[in-house]
Amino acid sequence: MSAMQSGCGCSCGGGDAGPKVIFSCSGCADVGELADQAARKLTRDGAGKMACLAGISGRVSGIVKSTEAAQSILAIDGCPLDCTRKTLEIAGFSKVNHLRLSDLGFEKGKTEVSAASIASVISKAMIYL
Amino acid sequence: MKIQILGPGCAKCTKLMDTAAAAAKELGLDCEIEKISDLNQIMGFGVMMTPGLVVNGEVKSVGKVPSLEEMKKMLQ
Repeated sequence: MSAMQSGCGCSCGGGDAGPKVIFSCSGCADVGELADQAARKLTRDGAGKMACLAGISGRVSGIVKSTEAAQSILAIDGCPLDCTRKTLEIAGFSKVNHLRLSDLGFEKGKTEVSAASIASVISKAMIYL
Repeated sequence: MKIQILGPGCAKCTKLMDTAAAAAKELGLDCEIEKISDLNQIMGFGVMMTPGLVVNGEVKSVGKVPSLEEMKKMLQ
């Protein structure tokens, strides 16, 4: 799997604004899957660029430096464990917009990952991007 | 030392390459500078924005052209 879902955004001839970077917990529970699918859809729709949270944990220099250059950072967590937000925080990223799916009524173990639930998450995520 | 410049070849990428070359020369470094313009290769570094500077396999900067002094620190 590639680190990103879309092509490289060249800033060479344009503005200096970095990408809007999206991280999701992509956890094993249904809410983690929903967070992951929403992040991927946001990327496909051009709203931002999903990056691998594991790259932050592993201090992969390209992902860390790209995140440092980001215009904004959105962390999508499925449940109150807040793994995404905490991972970013430990790596030094404190200015993070945080979306927790359990706060939107998506309950772990009882959430259906569907076009409708993905759309619901995306509509909230767009507020933070 | 291996320096890689990530970018499609626009003005900032060229400036980054020139700055890296100038810094290396001032520091008296024996280095190889490689230009990488293939997007898949660039993405392989986890880089989401260009230009990017890679020194001995580690991404040092993304989305900007460091000053000569900043560049010298990155190469030391």
